[in-house]
Amino acid sequence: MKAMPLALATAALLAPAATAGAQVVAAEHASHAAHEAGADHGAHHAHAAHAGTPVPQEQDAARAHAHGAAMPAHDADAHESSAPARGAVDTRPPPGHVAPPPPAVPMHDMAPAEMVEVMGMDDRARWSRVVLDRLERVDTGSGNALAWSLRADYGGDVDRVQLRSEGERSEGRVQHGDVELLWSHAVAPFWNSAIGVRRDVGSGVDRDWVAFGVHGLAPYWFEVSATAYVGGDGRTALRVEAEYEALLTQRWVLQPRLEVDAYGKDDPAARTGSGLADAAVGLRLRYEVTRGFAPYAGVEWARRFGRSATYARAHGDEPDDVRWVVGVRLAF
Amino acid sequence: MKVPDAGLRRFPWSPSRRRFVQGVAGGLVTVACGGWSRARADQRDRVLSGRAFDLSIGETIVDYTGRKRRAVAVDGGVPGPLLRWREGDGVVLRVRNTLAERSSIHWHGIVLPADMDGVPGLSFMGIEPGGSYTYRFTVNQSGTYWYHSHSRFQEQLGLYGPIVVEPRAGERHPADREHVVLLSDWTDIDPEHLYATLKKQSDAYNFGKPTVADFLRDTSEQGVAAALASRRMWNTMRMNPSDLADVSGHVYTFLMNGATPASNWTGLFERGERVRLRFVNGASMTFFDVRIPGLKLRVVAHDGQDVEPVHVDEFRLAPAETCDVIVEPSDDRAYTIFAQAMDRSGYARGTLAPRAGLEAEVPALDPRPLLTMGDMMGAMDHVAHGLPGTKGMEGGCGASMAGMDRAAMGHAGGDGRVAHAAAEYGPLVDMRVDTPRTNLDDPGIGLRGNGRRVLTYADLHSSTAPIATDVQREIRLHLTGHMERYVWSFDGRRFSDAEPLRLRHGERVRIVLVNDTMMTHPIHLHGMWSELESPDGTFLARKHTVVVQPAQQVSYRVSADAIGRWAYHCHLLYHMEAGMFREVVVA
Repeated sequence: MKAMPLALATAALLAPAATAGAQVVAAEHASHAAHEAGADHGAHHAHAAHAGTPVPQEQDAARAHAHGAAMPAHDADAHESSAPARGAVDTRPPPGHVAPPPPAVPMHDMAPAEMVEVMGMDDRARWSRVVLDRLERVDTGSGNALAWSLRADYGGDVDRVQLRSEGERSEGRVQHGDVELLWSHAVAPFWNSAIGVRRDVGSGVDRDWVAFGVHGLAPYWFEVSATAYVGGDGRTALRVEAEYEALLTQRWVLQPRLEVDAYGKDDPAARTGSGLADAAVGLRLRYEVTRGFAPYAGVEWARRFGRSATYARAHGDEPDDVRWVVGVRLAF
Repeated sequence: MKVPDAGLRRFPWSPSRRRFVQGVAGGLVTVACGGWSRARADQRDRVLSGRAFDLSIGETIVDYTGRKRRAVAVDGGVPGPLLRWREGDGVVLRVRNTLAERSSIHWHGIVLPADMDGVPGLSFMGIEPGGSYTYRFTVNQSGTYWYHSHSRFQEQLGLYGPIVVEPRAGERHPADREHVVLLSDWTDIDPEHLYATLKKQSDAYNFGKPTVADFLRDTSEQGVAAALASRRMWNTMRMNPSDLADVSGHVYTFLMNGATPASNWTGLFERGERVRLRFVNGASMTFFDVRIPGLKLRVVAHDGQDVEPVHVDEFRLAPAETCDVIVEPSDDRAYTIFAQAMDRSGYARGTLAPRAGLEAEVPALDPRPLLTMGDMMGAMDHVAHGLPGTKGMEGGCGASMAGMDRAAMGHAGGDGRVAHAAAEYGPLVDMRVDTPRTNLDDPGIGLRGNGRRVLTYADLHSSTAPIATDVQREIRLHLTGHMERYVWSFDGRRFSDAEPLRLRHGERVRIVLVNDTMMTHPIHLHGMWSELESPDGTFLARKHTVVVQPAQQVSYRVSADAIGRWAYHCHLLYHMEAGMFREVVVA
């Protein structure tokens, strides 16, 4: 309210300098200021009645123009005083703003847990995710096998517990496979570290490993995971996986993937040789009926190298194999 | 109540997808069901006016898609009743909560004492199940506002409604008739499930991603090198140019005053009348681009505050913003009010008509836009200098500038790069913009150069003087996040990681927001007005919710005249939940 006489005075001062249009606006503003200051209602009604008649476009244009003309004047004002203290003098009516009284009952401080409960808001909430990336029937030539690849994780945005498993089952038993339990920690925008344990299961000797690695999203949207393993008797291993998803349409997705295993030394009991042991290259075409349910078909070329291939041959397995797969990708 | 996941059972070739977008006629179901309050269609357009109000929060059943779902509503209506107040009146609102969970109502944009603001944990303890809370305050403003729950995801479930405050001195821009047009987004999916899905796969609802076919088309039109080059930065940064809406029309049915596009809400007029339309965006996650083919829209108020009239064909309305337009339909025919979602995945639609039952042509959705390099990097004059945006991406320079020198921050178009908080270099921030753009004359992604005159923030000129006539202190905050991890924050810190922002009572500050993300965020400060400034610091308009586009810098003044603890957050509901929230303390 204190600003009102100021606004009126300014309007009067600026009027001669501004265009005729600006005068109209200034006068109108002054009239509004009077309303807000609680001026008599007669004036208000007169104004309302005037404005209440159909507004011709010209008047609107004049208004817009006047506004444009008024602004530089206002800016010029501002420039006289040093920035940022602009708008100390304004041709417009005051905002009519009234600061609210302080709260009658100030809120007490709460422990984070209570805050989460009361607010119903929790940006540290833990959440879970299960992705069965591959659950497929493999045509092995001599029969069928069931292969799987699972990743499940639980935790917050930074620290998560991760369960990974992959393997193949045929003739009523797991031929080869492994289960990993890892602590995944976000270390960079697109990368997480992982530390944990792995147990191999299936034919040959079961091996236990300590695992550490990285997983994340590489440039060009390659989902990459590289894990090093240290086992007993100085055994070491390395596994690198990479996946890509090419969207043929919004629902048809072509997924190439690569998996490579390498070992530090020969382990005849586990049928793995030192160096590059095996590689698998797959190409799967899935249809996402929903994000969580996508049947697919594909082909996978698997090959064993070096001594690993020798061990495989010794056990009657083909070291070089192209296999057709049919399966479903599940996520929930 | 366990709400089944519609997404898992819906096949793309079934007609239900179409029905989801268009909705079915009806909306509110008339059947009373054990324990649920009876919802009637006429409650949708209910108006309550006066000084004393008794409101009841409860469950109701709605049916927008052919499937009955649980909603949370005020007085059984989605939206809740229109509350009409009068400037200068003291109002008393007794709100009862019949839910089995805590609830609240926040009066969005209304200046009131902190304990009346309705934010559980900051204003009060919320309204206990079976309990009630009495809000009392004096209304010292006028215009179009709205109310909504500030508890969990109740807003998404239907707990919102419009507020109109009549000015004591009469409308500055009188009209012969007026309608409230409240836009919102409804989903049959339980919001808890929806949020969990975004955490697991942030692009789960994006069905507009670039495909191999798009790439092949570009290679044939532009050549392989050009097609690769245009994708290089996106792929390097692991950003998706189609990321316009986290939740799309794939699972949303867009509503106008609680009516689906199919059931066609209709507002009446008589030819030659000036009709004031009070648009409110009560959506949880959806930006609407609104137009009425055949009518010029004379924008007279934004966020409840009068602005100098400006004529446009179209305007974008962010969640929580309001916009008043006056139209003068000169023909004796129907006009379609068309409000398409920013990602063009659907629309809300209604009709202005001289008689009930009329319809006009519904325009086709605009083509789905893709984000541009400018949306990623801001000031385009820097693009020529070897893609500076990428440098700030990951790892990068770890230095954080201690100074707050305004000139060096590019506030006035200086050549200095903005500094980022140390936490922005952590694993929960996926990008930073070193050279934000400051221009406000950009209507935003999808509206640029569309042949229509579209409202921008540069068009807003308050009819009244600013509250904060000067600025004593400048506070810079960056809007940050990580799309893949679905984490959102200010300055790289989630709400739970951050200390409150402290303002001295009576001080006048300038808040400068820099959007370091690829998404558009509507930022809402409770308790005090956000007085939007032009890039050179001139006061433009008083707002309660300020939209910051990707790679944009926006500043506004705040007069810290409201003692108490206040919420400050992104008004995209799931961004707020995921950490884009700060407490502001005025003491």
